[in-house]
Amino acid sequence: MKSSSPLKWFSSREGLYYLALAALLVVILPLALDPFRLNMVGKYLTYAFVAIGLVMCWGKAGILSLGQGVFFGLGGYCMAMFLKLEASTPEATAIQSTPGIPDFMDWNQLTELPWFWEPFHSFSFTLLAVIGVPMLLAFIIGLAMFTRRVGGVYFAIITQAIAAILTILIIGQQGYTGGVNGITDLQTLMGWDIRSDAAKTTLYFICVGMLFLCLFVARLVQNRKLGRILVAMNAQENRVRFSGYDVAAFKIFVFCLAAAFAGIGGALFTLIVGFMSPSFIGIVASIEMVIFCALGGRLSILGAVYGALLVNAAKSGFSESFPELWPFAMGALFIGVVLAFPNGLAGLYQSYVMPLEERLFKRKSKAEAQPVSEPEPTAEARKPAVEAKEAHDYDPMLDHYSPEKS
Amino acid sequence: MFDGYTSSELMSIFAMQGFAGLSLFSVFVLMAMGLAIIFGQMGVINMAHGEFMILGAYTTYLTSGFFQSYLPSLFGGYFFVAMILAFLICAALGALVEWLMIRRLYHRPLDTLLATWGLSLIMQQAYRSIFGAREVGVELPEWMMGAFQVTDLVELPINGLFVMIIALSIAVGVYLLMYRSGYGKKVRAVVQNRPMAEAVGINSAGIDRATFALGCGIAGIAGAAFTMIGSTGPSSGQAYIVDTFLVVVFGGAQSLIGTIVSAFGISQAQSTMEFFLSGSMAKVLTLLVVVGILMLRPEGLMALKVRR
Repeated sequence: MKSSSPLKWFSSREGLYYLALAALLVVILPLALDPFRLNMVGKYLTYAFVAIGLVMCWGKAGILSLGQGVFFGLGGYCMAMFLKLEASTPEATAIQSTPGIPDFMDWNQLTELPWFWEPFHSFSFTLLAVIGVPMLLAFIIGLAMFTRRVGGVYFAIITQAIAAILTILIIGQQGYTGGVNGITDLQTLMGWDIRSDAAKTTLYFICVGMLFLCLFVARLVQNRKLGRILVAMNAQENRVRFSGYDVAAFKIFVFCLAAAFAGIGGALFTLIVGFMSPSFIGIVASIEMVIFCALGGRLSILGAVYGALLVNAAKSGFSESFPELWPFAMGALFIGVVLAFPNGLAGLYQSYVMPLEERLFKRKSKAEAQPVSEPEPTAEARKPAVEAKEAHDYDPMLDHYSPEKS
Repeated sequence: MFDGYTSSELMSIFAMQGFAGLSLFSVFVLMAMGLAIIFGQMGVINMAHGEFMILGAYTTYLTSGFFQSYLPSLFGGYFFVAMILAFLICAALGALVEWLMIRRLYHRPLDTLLATWGLSLIMQQAYRSIFGAREVGVELPEWMMGAFQVTDLVELPINGLFVMIIALSIAVGVYLLMYRSGYGKKVRAVVQNRPMAEAVGINSAGIDRATFALGCGIAGIAGAAFTMIGSTGPSSGQAYIVDTFLVVVFGGAQSLIGTIVSAFGISQAQSTMEFFLSGSMAKVLTLLVVVGILMLRPEGLMALKVRR
């Protein structure tokens, strides 16, 4: 679906979807909500970054990572470290036994800044680290796993273990990381007070801007040959391999991309919420991130944004009025999405709302009527593949050698 | 980290921590046996396994309460009744879950993971609503209290020993069931070649349901045994689930012996390192080593040699 001019693209169906999202996020929500609520929406949007990454990684390429919280957390902690250093000037921390280091280090009898905190005095280094550190870790994990052809279930379990390792490490090393409380009491970014209402609104718009940048990158990837290879890899990994493509390299790429998105989201989360703690990044949080993506539709990057918004809004709504009910609702959501509509809201939209649209706007040509961004396998299209697989000896041990159906 | 210890001191430290690690070993074996059946044989990831275990623990708690109020004379033996009840209840629930959910999701292992995670959230909240958020413990019968003094440094509590015996007998039982019984042959036939197994008249759907129920039932027994050495709360199951999956994967998903060996290795490594490092660092190091080895040997320690 190549459009010759930007103007034409914006009037295409896909362009309209993006415009609608932009209108919702840039115009409708800021007008309708007070700064406090808008700040909350901003927080939900930071999860949308992770969800977009998961769509690319899980929906398209079939690599389910249950450790996206790790990358979210790394980005968030990098930003938090910068802000914490800025808040811990010798003047502000004069009552400590060693002024000039973050307060929790002082409480834990550290007398000098650990070496890995030093570079975070520089803002440009921090911005690099927010993307670079998660990508580096993703690269190492990806290199180790995908070149050994570890995939599917095994990859999911190992990423989950990595999430566990990181959380235990952060909680255990209280002096270096702030422990279970996390890094709190963040005040200014380059001298700009991030706690004021005006700053929060500005941060919201920065977040929306970054989100559209990420959506643009993700769209670029999915509509190029690269994206098609990812989808092909998901369906028939060995055929792609035998065609001469380096499957591991593609997997590492998409995993790193997802990690970078998550890192950006984490950094924005720290700015918007004003602190970072291990409870946002552990196993439970990481799996919840998967449901944002699954509810929105695991094949649709726009769906991921809506999924993150909806689940988080529901969570806030429920836990304000019925804290007991939320886990039930969340559990039902997991089961319902998987059993009843595996392609999420975007899938529902495509199968129910789109045909209606077709009838309303008959002027759309046949070419336009085809799903614009997602060449997605519907339930019917998927069946033969499953049957084909049944015909082979089914052996769970072989699963990471054969294409994953999920 | 061994600085400042003589070799004889080190030996007794290893012995002491080794015995201490045995109770962790029994927990791992108990939980991992059920998982190894469900994951290794059926390829289903059951994230609600920990919650089935907690169900067994609550069953034991209720049974002990019942015996205390109505049958105090038989209190010494309540545990065996509780164990059977825990098995039956968990197996029944497991069969129900398989029928409602899992059977629609074979061949989509990652989706079973998400769906059972949802189930685990629901079960956890149900426990919280019914039993409260506080941890509950059971009263041990008299014969289970006390300890054997093995050496000056090492003493073995009887309840820990008892749980270890249960763990090992379950392991033996599972082995006999899987490798020495007609049912086990059918399970393995279905795992290896489903269409052919169906062709020779094996009811593969029935086998699936029975296997899932069996795995959940064993989780129930694990939970019952678990109450003997610690208290249980609504979210205790979740605390172990990642470790247990690593145990199963590390040992090689289809190998029961591998599961036991890896449970032993992981629990011993963790317990020994805990003496020299802090508890959390010991756990981090253990998990890192396990993940590292899994990257080198993705099929686990004792992978079956299959022709591909």
